[in-house]
Amino acid sequence: MTQETPAALKTDQMFINFGPQHPSTHGVLRIALTVEGEVVIKGDPDVGFLHRGMEKLFEARTYPQALVLTDRLDYTSAMHNNLAYCLAVERLAGIQVPPRAQYIRVLVAELNRIASHLVFFGTFGVDMGAFTPFLYAFREREMILDLFEMLCGGRLLYSYLRIGGVSADLPAGWTEKCREFVNFFKPMLGDYDTLLSGNPIFQSRTKGVGFISAEKAVAWGLSGPALRGSGVNYDVRKADPYCVYDKLNFTVPLGTNGDCFDRYYCRMREMGQSAEIVLQCLDALSGAEPTPGEVIAKGVPKMFKPAAAQAYSHVEASRGDLGFFAVSDGGLNPYRMHVRGPSFINVAILQEILVGCKIADVVAILGSLDIVLGEVDR
Amino acid sequence: MGIVLDNLSKIENLPGGGIALATSDSLINWARTSSVWPLTFGLACCAIEMMAAYASRFDFERMGVFPRPTPRQADVMFVAGTVAKKMADPIIRIYKQMPEPKFVIAMGGCANCGGPFYDSYSVVKGVDKIIPVDVYLPGCPPRPEALMYAVIKLQEKMKKMTVKGGHGATPLQAAGSRKLV
Repeated sequence: MTQETPAALKTDQMFINFGPQHPSTHGVLRIALTVEGEVVIKGDPDVGFLHRGMEKLFEARTYPQALVLTDRLDYTSAMHNNLAYCLAVERLAGIQVPPRAQYIRVLVAELNRIASHLVFFGTFGVDMGAFTPFLYAFREREMILDLFEMLCGGRLLYSYLRIGGVSADLPAGWTEKCREFVNFFKPMLGDYDTLLSGNPIFQSRTKGVGFISAEKAVAWGLSGPALRGSGVNYDVRKADPYCVYDKLNFTVPLGTNGDCFDRYYCRMREMGQSAEIVLQCLDALSGAEPTPGEVIAKGVPKMFKPAAAQAYSHVEASRGDLGFFAVSDGGLNPYRMHVRGPSFINVAILQEILVGCKIADVVAILGSLDIVLGEVDR
Repeated sequence: MGIVLDNLSKIENLPGGGIALATSDSLINWARTSSVWPLTFGLACCAIEMMAAYASRFDFERMGVFPRPTPRQADVMFVAGTVAKKMADPIIRIYKQMPEPKFVIAMGGCANCGGPFYDSYSVVKGVDKIIPVDVYLPGCPPRPEALMYAVIKLQEKMKKMTVKGGHGATPLQAAGSRKLV
């Protein structure tokens, strides 16, 4: 083996703009990279290319109107945004949600988690050079979207959850169709493992890449699969249960190494758990006890003025701990609405973990964090 | 060859088979309409529906729509999502990098006129404020079928293009009004 002389290999530094138009940024993120040869020596995420002034717009809408905006935050898991917003406003106004609506909320949230993780699975495969998983992922995702379309007519942005409950009860034949999907989907997870997880090329591109230690993950405030991939057991569904999660039986998958593969595999196993939760909710809903038809709290007016107060509510969205902080001054519109978007906080760690990695790994690390720019920039 | 002959409007078969005559317009337009290559350029929510259009159920590629990651190989830009003011400059720059003839489909309410963010301080109210738009596609977000319909509408527009009167699909474009200042 020849001894490499560092002086001879020294190259000039080069500045690379990764984005805002790049197929692997999953939106309009720009990362300002300084590289020396193949090695990244500085990487700064530059956000704001999709800043829509969402938090300011909340102040110009009434509470029910603002619900529509929440869909457009994290657009791959709109149900979670609806849920977090509704929980915050319900806490602010003191509205009690009927039990049936709570089960439906959990049901659609978990279906949406599967749909969202399928987008991740498909696009992460494309980022790593495997196109076929994308087609499988979207085939299953379309089935979930069909179910949502039966519920509320929307394919992507639903506004199905309303303040006080959900907009409509499950239509006839929906539970059977949903059960059919879950039974079809559960064995597919094994197929995904053979397609992508077990692929040696995929493994060599993700294992040992983008390492985040548990301490660092907590220090940067990560949440969701990005945190659990490092082995930290924190899930809002367990730590601060909302709706009916305390009555449901599920586990929280954890990673051990904190590399890209662990974050990826956490999501894959989460989909299996979500499928179990969906089945439990369907069983609960088919019984006589949450009364059919009673899906929205009685007496919630179209326009209402909560008393001057503040409320915070958070849920475990597909990407992590999503919180809404609502402040009311007793008027028709929220005085202030703050969104704690998990993607925004997760993207910040890039500046630390990109340093020292190879330029080709930037795509793997970014993909494994699974950010959605609508939520980052708001 | 059958598909080619069926789709060319002005075609004449010479006796004996072997040779067919067509006008250059119909030949070029046939080629152009059958390989509309868009830029993979997602801005916001609509980009997910655009991805769904490329994926299993809808299979955009059967219409010859095959995404290209670089603007230098793209014919059409789907502006899929909200155009924030910070993003306006990069969009103009990407548009300028595309080779002529180039087309733009404004996908979704945001790209048409600002959509649900019509009163936001940081959103460009319609991408036609910064680049010329060929097809406006309403919806929030439009379904993948709607995006396919927009491409069909664009193909109809392409079929009217002539080589002689410049390369634009409309007289305005032919006169060079597409040049951005």
